[in-house]
Amino acid sequence: MKTQSIKLGLCAALLSLLMVGCSSTSTTDGGTETLPGDSVSTGMVGGSGVSGSGGAADDLARIADTVFYFDFDKAILKPESRAALRLHAQNLKGSSRAIRLEGHADERGTREYNMALGERRGMAVKEFLVIEGVSASQIEVISYGEESPAALGSDDASYALNRRVEMK
Amino acid sequence: MNKLKKIISVFLFFILPMMASAELVVEITQGADNPTRIAVPPLGGSLLPEDVSDIVAADLKRSGLFDPVPKKNMLSFPSNPKQVYYRDWSILDTEYLVVAEASRGPSGYSIDFALLEVHSRRTVFKQTVEGSTDRVRDLAHYISDKVYEAITGIRGAFSTRILYVTAIPNAQQKLTYRLMVSDADGARERMLLESKQPIMSPAWSPDGREVVYVSFETGRPAIFRQSLATAERQQLTNFRGLNGAPAWSPDGSKLALVLSKDGNPEIYTFDLSSRQFTRLTRHFAIDTEPNWTPDGKSLIFTSDRGGSPQIYKLSIDSGKVERLTFKGSYNARPRLAPDGRTLVMVHRDKGLFHIASQDLVNGDLRVLTQTRLDESPTVAPNGAMLLYATKKGSRGVLAAVSLDAGVKFLLPARLGDVREPAWSPFLN
Repeated sequence: MKTQSIKLGLCAALLSLLMVGCSSTSTTDGGTETLPGDSVSTGMVGGSGVSGSGGAADDLARIADTVFYFDFDKAILKPESRAALRLHAQNLKGSSRAIRLEGHADERGTREYNMALGERRGMAVKEFLVIEGVSASQIEVISYGEESPAALGSDDASYALNRRVEMK
Repeated sequence: MNKLKKIISVFLFFILPMMASAELVVEITQGADNPTRIAVPPLGGSLLPEDVSDIVAADLKRSGLFDPVPKKNMLSFPSNPKQVYYRDWSILDTEYLVVAEASRGPSGYSIDFALLEVHSRRTVFKQTVEGSTDRVRDLAHYISDKVYEAITGIRGAFSTRILYVTAIPNAQQKLTYRLMVSDADGARERMLLESKQPIMSPAWSPDGREVVYVSFETGRPAIFRQSLATAERQQLTNFRGLNGAPAWSPDGSKLALVLSKDGNPEIYTFDLSSRQFTRLTRHFAIDTEPNWTPDGKSLIFTSDRGGSPQIYKLSIDSGKVERLTFKGSYNARPRLAPDGRTLVMVHRDKGLFHIASQDLVNGDLRVLTQTRLDESPTVAPNGAMLLYATKKGSRGVLAAVSLDAGVKFLLPARLGDVREPAWSPFLN
């Protein structure tokens, strides 16, 4: 459960550099036993790209495409996304599988406005799937706005990877 | 007796102190044109665990309105008005002098301090402040507040706090999000919440004792309320879709927030005692980022109902909506200064996002910042400065600018990404 990755700072204050994490252990992979100094020592927000799928591919590859990209400030599906989503719709129709559509935005613009924009993108994918015959009750749209970027850079290439809907 | 006694109220935080290396460090980038020369010599009397005169001088310097005399240039270190030899200070072009003496009081430290005007050789005021031994920084900020107010006529905001969110990637580029609180100068940073899922949109209760924020820890965005003193927290919303942009009403009874449970982002109020939601907007456009006017009677918010994001004002009683911004194609995330007249917001100009202010009476728009990804403006409770988030290189940092754009400083964390500052109300 993701709730276990939360820990409240309900710990006794320990002076000295030997900082110890919360005594209520959590299951975070960052490790509560790690010194905060360690966890921040890797804290570079670099431009290293996280590669995403997308682009031209044949139908077999497209069925594996679960990330759909958008233009700046737009929530309109691109032709390659439509083709892939038609194949997803074929698979989802008649199945009882529930899917999550996670909508994302790039970092430009305000955070809560980008939450709304991420939701619009998720809704655009949902509406397309529903038109293709998938039941709306199988689909939940969740926006992450600009809060969970796929690429951490502040450049056009990173932005293009971040304006997306991920199907899960 | 013009001595006043004031006990610093104590906010207890049962929260985890962070390493000093994560603390914010202030860099002043631009001061006022003619800052007031002031001297804060070291305190006399009992030795305190922190250097109060340094903290006071740094507070005053950070306001941009003061130019403190360096200690190494001082010819004497008076700690009460009787010890002051005015020529020592007029020779240094000092306009004001703060002298202070500490003593061990019944429950902690007591500091007698006075503000002196060098030219007229006059004591402006004398005061005594007391606080527990672990609250020396509070005593220092209190002195700064009183000195600032006596000279500028504006209430000081050095005793306030700021909330913000940090996001630090690990080696796999996965982010850890933390909700943090610190003094207004970045010192005494404390963690309120840590999560592998996003945390966003923190906001204060009007009494400064609680915060609200959005956390994705349940796998969806949800609004939480958390007490600073006890860390006790409560999930307030759990709807499908957006649960965002919480803003506490000035009387403390309600939140304004955004829900898209009916298919589209709309603004609601949530009554904290009856737990009733009331929908206020009905429009197919995006309506978001509500914030209260100081009188609590209206909300200002962002909407793209006119084709691009602009700022609107909604009267809660009548439901009447009025557009406030017309210059530029992107104006969003509005906040009002305490005067209710100065609107601050994110304003896009030639593709770059800046912080701008707009006078709601005469309509004048003023761009206050020059960097390119500026967002989340939050005005100090005294209306003198605003904090915002920007980028320095590829890193998110907090920065401040005075409402007249004359003073600027940066509060960069040494590591990681800092965003979404929220300046507390007055706490004392």
